Amino acid sequence: MSTMTAPAPEAVRAADRVAAARRRVSMRETLGQTMMMAWRALKKMRRNPEQFFDVALQPILFTAMFAFIFGGAIAGDVQSYLPLMIPGILAQTVLTTCMATGTQLREDMEKGVFDRFKSLPIARIAPLAGPMVADLLRYTIAATLTFGMGLVMGYRPGGGAGGLLAAILLAIFTGWSLAWVFTFVGTIARSAQAVQGISMMILFPLTFLSNAFVPVETLPGWLAAFVRINPVSHLVTAARDLANDALVSGEVAWTLLACVIVIAIFAPLSVRSYKRHM
Amino acid sequence: MSITELGPTRSGPAPGGGGEPAVRAAGLVKTFGGHRAVDGIDLEVRPGEIFGVLGPNGAGKTTTLRMLATLLKIDAGRAEIFGVDVAGNPHVIRQLVGVTGQYASVDENLTARENLYLFSRLQGIGAPRARRIAAELLAQFGLEDAAGKPISQFSGGMRRRLDLAASLITRPPLIFLDEPTTGLDPRTRGQMWDTIRGLVAGGCTVLLTTQYLDEADQLADRVAVIDHGRKVAEGTPDELKTAVGNSALQLMLAEPGEVPAAVEVVRRVLGTDPIVSPEQGRLNVALDQADLAADVLIALRTAGVSISSVSVAKPSLDEVFLALTGHETDGDRGTGTQEDR
Repeated sequence: MSTMTAPAPEAVRAADRVAAARRRVSMRETLGQTMMMAWRALKKMRRNPEQFFDVALQPILFTAMFAFIFGGAIAGDVQSYLPLMIPGILAQTVLTTCMATGTQLREDMEKGVFDRFKSLPIARIAPLAGPMVADLLRYTIAATLTFGMGLVMGYRPGGGAGGLLAAILLAIFTGWSLAWVFTFVGTIARSAQAVQGISMMILFPLTFLSNAFVPVETLPGWLAAFVRINPVSHLVTAARDLANDALVSGEVAWTLLACVIVIAIFAPLSVRSYKRHM
Repeated sequence: MSITELGPTRSGPAPGGGGEPAVRAAGLVKTFGGHRAVDGIDLEVRPGEIFGVLGPNGAGKTTTLRMLATLLKIDAGRAEIFGVDVAGNPHVIRQLVGVTGQYASVDENLTARENLYLFSRLQGIGAPRARRIAAELLAQFGLEDAAGKPISQFSGGMRRRLDLAASLITRPPLIFLDEPTTGLDPRTRGQMWDTIRGLVAGGCTVLLTTQYLDEADQLADRVAVIDHGRKVAEGTPDELKTAVGNSALQLMLAEPGEVPAAVEVVRRVLGTDPIVSPEQGRLNVALDQADLAADVLIALRTAGVSISSVSVAKPSLDEVFLALTGHETDGDRGTGTQEDR
């Protein structure tokens, strides 16, 4: 190890560096840095494949379980319940997947490498957005497996391949948008466990107080009112229309609008909270 | 005991940073809860020097460094790096400063090569050049053989080296090193010292924190001693050591009641007052030459003061502290260790 020597033959000129320093991060730089952070997150996923267990197991398990438990009671039989339920499971799976974003961010932030990220001249949003871009892979796996399991169980979507693909894309985008909520929770909570707890409290009402598993008409009026404005309901309805009838309904627009609102609120909040941590 | 000398020139910030001090901080304050971790620290680091911040755990060294590196908000006071205001231009400061933390801030999930590649690319370096820089730095820091291994298999010394390498990617003009050798074995420590000297030879300015007087002695051109969030002294390592003598005689008296008599004897023999430590019956005598210890001991025997234990040592950080602050380094730390978050 005799190679530990001076790093630089030519001298470092401080004054030139001050003059050459950029005052702020450009949009293009932000995008590039986010993609590098995504590259890092993908490497991390590849080396810790156990984090794919929930993404892979949940759609398979829940689809089978819910179909046989609720199928007879709600739709008369399992076969006629599948078109109603599969889009519901899709929404639920994607939401559960984006919950992990917050937990993992919290764990990550406690590691030393985040200190370096903070000390580098990079956009503050890049360490937050990067893992979310990598998570698109997880959403894709979860959404594909949900429909795959449905097909195995006899689900024959009327919307065809195009409708299925559209439903999957919508679900992925919604998952990515809602992940900002959990990223925000990740930046404010004190520990990964706390993130998990808070996220569960957000997630359960959102998924179960929706039309994911039961028709809204069967609910009492006050509950139906909440279920109707729940963005998850809009996602579920939109996904049903797309997958079962290849119908691009107004629900798609409502879902996209809800997503944009969530991003507009929670992305700036997350960055602000992340900055305050320093 | 004040060797403090602060920059007399408080001229306005010159555009371009020509001739500006590398670091100029005035009245820095950081409060955690009710605890003032940094309580009004002034620093001036000249370009091209190694400046040491010396102090025990919890003194506020790390907190000071983190404020200067934009990792912590400055609660009060003002800091400039090469004439650029730290609080006002964090993005510029981050381009001028390389930070190597107390705990290696590299990614455990990536290999050494991937770490350097990631940090290069994040700083706007294109993929081919990033690969070349990673290879160069790995070679420079003797990490070629471990380049493809995950960091979890690295020794402490290897991590520190990788961490330092990651700080040098853009060859920043100012480098902060937070306790660069704490926990390293003596050989690795010596290598790290050589590396740090090499940085300065290449034109960098280095601001480092340390708990070890000998490290400050070996490396630093000038040293600030920090205690309880305040600067208690500043000067060259020689000036600091002179303040406590070239060696120190530690005496434990058999009878605590004889302390005044012992103090009288030391004053008569050396012409200086010993430091009486808070523990009863313990005296700390600064000596210009180790030979003088014998004179003191003979005089004590003649005066009938009996001694239970005696030792002569080179002044340690403890002695410097005792001499500068009148208390020991770890006596009354309390719970104020929040700086090492």
